[in-house]
Amino acid sequence: MSGHSTYEPKTAFERWLDVRLPIIRMAHDTAIDFPTPKNLNYWWTFGGILAVCLVIQIVTGLVLAMHYVANAGLAFNSVEHIMRDVNHGWMIRYIHANGASMFFLAVYVHIARGLYYGSYKAPREILWLLGCVIYLLMMATAFMGYVLPWGQMSYYGAVVITNLFSAFDRLIPGVGTAITTWLWGGFAVDNATLNRFFSLHYLLPFMIAGVVGLHIWALHVPGNNNPTGVDVKSKEDTVPFHPYYTVKDAFAILVFLLLFSWFVFFAPEALGHADNQVPANPLVTPIHIVPEWYFLPFYAILRAVPDKLIGVLLMFSAIAMLFLLPWLDTSKVRSMRYRPMARWFFLIFIAATLGLGWCGGKLPDDVVIAVGRDAVSGEPTGFTVVMLSRVLAAYYFAYFLLVLPLLGLFERTLAVPETISTPVLPKGGASMPSGATASPEKKG
Amino acid sequence: MGFRTAFSRVRVSALAALAVSLVGLATQPASAKTTAREADGVSFSFEGPLGVFDQAELQRGYKVYAEVCSACHSMKLLSYRDLAQKGGPFYDPKHPNLPPAQSPYAKAIAAQYKTSDIDHDTGDVIERTATPADHFRSPFPNEYAARAANGGALPPDLSVIARAREGGPAYIYHLLLGYEDAPKGMTVPDGKYYNPYMPGDMGSFWSGPKDKVPEGGFISMAKQLTPDRVQFDDKTPSTAENEAHAVATFLAWAADPHMVERKQTGLAVMLFLLVFTGLTYLSYRQIWRNVSH
Repeated sequence: MSGHSTYEPKTAFERWLDVRLPIIRMAHDTAIDFPTPKNLNYWWTFGGILAVCLVIQIVTGLVLAMHYVANAGLAFNSVEHIMRDVNHGWMIRYIHANGASMFFLAVYVHIARGLYYGSYKAPREILWLLGCVIYLLMMATAFMGYVLPWGQMSYYGAVVITNLFSAFDRLIPGVGTAITTWLWGGFAVDNATLNRFFSLHYLLPFMIAGVVGLHIWALHVPGNNNPTGVDVKSKEDTVPFHPYYTVKDAFAILVFLLLFSWFVFFAPEALGHADNQVPANPLVTPIHIVPEWYFLPFYAILRAVPDKLIGVLLMFSAIAMLFLLPWLDTSKVRSMRYRPMARWFFLIFIAATLGLGWCGGKLPDDVVIAVGRDAVSGEPTGFTVVMLSRVLAAYYFAYFLLVLPLLGLFERTLAVPETISTPVLPKGGASMPSGATASPEKKG
Repeated sequence: MGFRTAFSRVRVSALAALAVSLVGLATQPASAKTTAREADGVSFSFEGPLGVFDQAELQRGYKVYAEVCSACHSMKLLSYRDLAQKGGPFYDPKHPNLPPAQSPYAKAIAAQYKTSDIDHDTGDVIERTATPADHFRSPFPNEYAARAANGGALPPDLSVIARAREGGPAYIYHLLLGYEDAPKGMTVPDGKYYNPYMPGDMGSFWSGPKDKVPEGGFISMAKQLTPDRVQFDDKTPSTAENEAHAVATFLAWAADPHMVERKQTGLAVMLFLLVFTGLTYLSYRQIWRNVSH
């Protein structure tokens, strides 16, 4: 899509088609001959893995929709019917249910890779923003999909999340309630809610596919970032996408599918919750309402403050940080390979986010570090999950709002190689006499 | 009609109250402390990636369900024919192509039950003999009848119970055997039984030291499985442990009837993927051999 096209139609049909609809030319230029930095590591394979995840979700979802019944009285049993009576229905459903988790696992690695190697910096801001939009759409899709089996956790997840919007009553009285009623299609989470969630759950993946198209388009204008963060300078620095990256991505996708299959076939319920096998009952609240693992860090941020409105705003801000990131990071150096300080802050950021996820799965009052015992109940007291959540959430926001803006101004970065090939050519390349002049701070 | 409207009104206000309390839950520390004894120390033939159901035990487990549990608990998602499907308790490997609904075992079991139907000639509600295609007969016609017969408690449907409880079959096994005399200092409400494996919060029923609140909760079902409650046809001793283990196995199958097929498919898939991954890796090394990177 960028640069000169190298496609040459070989058959009469291709020549005929090329002047009418150059679709083969487009495929050739984006997926076959596209010049790609030759130093991409395995963290770069997650884009391809995510494309596979999206296709798997759409294909299995289409089949599930043929058997699923979006009705509050029938939904739970229709899912059981899929699991019991539909030929290989258990496999299709377990692929779809675990596929959501795998999709999020891959997208988190993909986002973390972008964070570490500075893939959000100029000229890739739009590429990054489109990725953030995809992530938002994924969260909405996953949430609504989780409601569809209409188990206890489905139902109460829908109740908790839709009720978040009622917090806006504090800003303008009545508005929050009006939004929740509008979302529900009634005065409670019920059949109308389930039906619209199904409708939207079917729609959003196609919107994701559309934005993925834009994301890939925006990728092909500046081309891939790479582990050095240095722009491609010459043909020396690149290899054609096919066969070099098709085969490398294929290998990574297969390794990922091994993990995926292990969950589907040997631990299909490991990431789920037993309560969701109980049909939704508005009159019985589960003891412990928890979202799926991929939402736990945000759930922990929501619960970290005693004020509902502020909690909701913080939770949304946590995602908004990603959208602002291209303009928050002031460093001119893209890759954290050459930012020794930033690297540590990044690792702590990852640890803090994982820690928030852990907190989200615990009860807020659970004690992390026991200091004493309550005089009356004898229960241990001390540093609780909610306190830990506050510390970690503070770091989460500080990373975006303080560390990245300030660090870029003060950090002493390491020497950045001139070109992508500089650090690697000495091993066997022609243009460098010996390894001595290659950047000694890194190994290719 | 009047009842229905009243019910939905109750439901809406209950929901509104719930919504408020839930948001409270989400933002404020919860005070209730639910505890239960760890359900471990029991093993099943179907555990692990290679584990399969023991068909003889599935048959014994079905007998426990049919003779004991089914007096109060429904299994609405199962049909009699399911018992004869591949991997089921009464599957006959000698006739692999026989549809489960044609199985003589499924027919014989179904014939022991009556099911309600509509007479197509008169429109009358009638009772007829069940066929393999019919769902398991429920002990009560509706939830209200079930509650009325059980002191207000609703015996849960057992179709997916092994997936719907933390701990699965091990939990079921321990719960069925785990009844204990209530410790001194505990007030047991009428019609309830103390069971340390039942998740619950004993705090308000406990007059002993506050830091020694017993784990577990109350259950409305009395202890059912006692020695000789069910006579097994295969001479397996009728101990309470054997009965509980068999019914836990049967319920695990009922909740996940394709488990064995799933694991066997999984092995083939993993094997295929491993070979494919290996070949792809070799291709990758081959293609990249001349690129320094």
